[in-house]
Amino acid sequence: MLSSQHFGDPGKMKDYHYTGPVEHKFSPYAYNGGTVLAVAGEDFAIVASDTRLSEGYSIHSRDSPKCYKLTDTTVLGCSGFHGDCLTLTKIIDARLKMYKHSNNKTMTSGAIAAMLSTILYSRRFFPYYVYNIIGGLDEEGKGAVYSFDPVGSYQRDTYKAGGSASAMLQPLLDNQIGFKNMESVEHVPLTKDKAVQLVKDVFISAAERDVYTGDALRICVITKEGINEENIPLRKD
Amino acid sequence: MWTPPPQLQNCSAVSSEDPFLTSSSLPTCLPFASSQSVPLPFPMAHGTTTLAFMFQGGVMAAADTRSSCSGLVACPASQKILPIHSHLVGLTSGTSADCALWKRILARELRLYQLRHGRRLSTSGAAKLLSHMLHPFKGTELCVAATLCGKKMNLSGPRLFYVCSDGTRLRGMLFSVGSGSPYAYSILDQGVHWGLSVDEAKSIAREAVYRATYRDAYSGNCVDMYHITSKGWTRRNREDLKEEYYREKERACTHAHTHPQTDRQRRERAMLESKENWQEYHED
Repeated sequence: MLSSQHFGDPGKMKDYHYTGPVEHKFSPYAYNGGTVLAVAGEDFAIVASDTRLSEGYSIHSRDSPKCYKLTDTTVLGCSGFHGDCLTLTKIIDARLKMYKHSNNKTMTSGAIAAMLSTILYSRRFFPYYVYNIIGGLDEEGKGAVYSFDPVGSYQRDTYKAGGSASAMLQPLLDNQIGFKNMESVEHVPLTKDKAVQLVKDVFISAAERDVYTGDALRICVITKEGINEENIPLRKD
Repeated sequence: MWTPPPQLQNCSAVSSEDPFLTSSSLPTCLPFASSQSVPLPFPMAHGTTTLAFMFQGGVMAAADTRSSCSGLVACPASQKILPIHSHLVGLTSGTSADCALWKRILARELRLYQLRHGRRLSTSGAAKLLSHMLHPFKGTELCVAATLCGKKMNLSGPRLFYVCSDGTRLRGMLFSVGSGSPYAYSILDQGVHWGLSVDEAKSIAREAVYRATYRDAYSGNCVDMYHITSKGWTRRNREDLKEEYYREKERACTHAHTHPQTDRQRRERAMLESKENWQEYHED
């Protein structure tokens, strides 16, 4: 084995060993970054995502939002591999139409979540590399958030962050919305305006520290009146 | 011998890139059994402590609620004890998605059996069914380790079965599964016997999960407990173990102050330190 010694700091030596030729295999997956967040309130739900599409060190697009409107009461946020996101949303749209035609009613958020779980699991051995979060209103009009892993495990939450900055945002949401890790605080119910402001602040922070998050923020607020979209600029560097 | 119903065979005949065709004939599609050819770019959710044991009052099942994904806690409040029907409860360990979906498939098959035959399948039968359904996926990276706890409404006693995706199917009195199971076993082995009362059983189950969460990094957060009797299952409210850590710390502080070493402890210590009981190392 060849080894070359390189003098780094004075007095310390680094060893580099040639381990053999490295084989690069084709990987069908790519990672396109992006962060998605969803919050459920008493009578509203918010789904927000950044709009940056990146790959490696490059940015492919600054205007590629990751929120997809499924029905009047449900929005899906998907981040991960963009190719799989596109195909998955096309499949879900088709299944929604099929359901509408055969059952004569729109799918509810809970039903969409259960269906997405089976769609994802049908590809258990060659998964969709997508982190999904569904935000919407349930049958009673209350906010609902369903978070998924890439192979279909899901559950209903009050708030969830997914994607590249999820590990940074989730603890912050635990603290601000779930009132976790704080002693003797008053649990104030979350209003829609406060939730929107919190989401904006949280994404501004994420854009500071995560390279794959930035450019712009798309917020979809779902209430019984409909879905309201808002675009806020974020750091572009 | 369970044979796949005709629709599922269609599913495996059609290639997996054609979800429309398969989904129009079958609402839920079993995954096409093949080995993983593509390395996954993401980790799956793993790591847990679940336990169940039989005693005179039925079956007691307990589990933690942490779902971890190679170092990150993907979900601090996941549900690992899933009721299948009113008298059967399944504890799941392994990949969360696999466990959730397979429990759903098992519940569907049990319900179909009940409708076709007019009676419920026994716990042993359910375990066998699950084991045979998982068999085609042996060797793939499917990871399901389920403990089925049931008690039928007639005179037969409670039943506990452990089914694993590698083909194991065991009947027993006491099982603990997961990364925290060695710690749970140590508590259970010393305390569980047939004659326990319901309260004692609850307290041992809770203590076992608590000790496992204390030592195992991949277990934690809260503890769920289910008690299965001939009347069905009852669920105890989810308890956050964070409080228990603080209570134990306080107890340890007060105990040290108010209880100096007892006589027995002093004698034991003297015996351990006495030279007669230790052989010295001789250099020869």
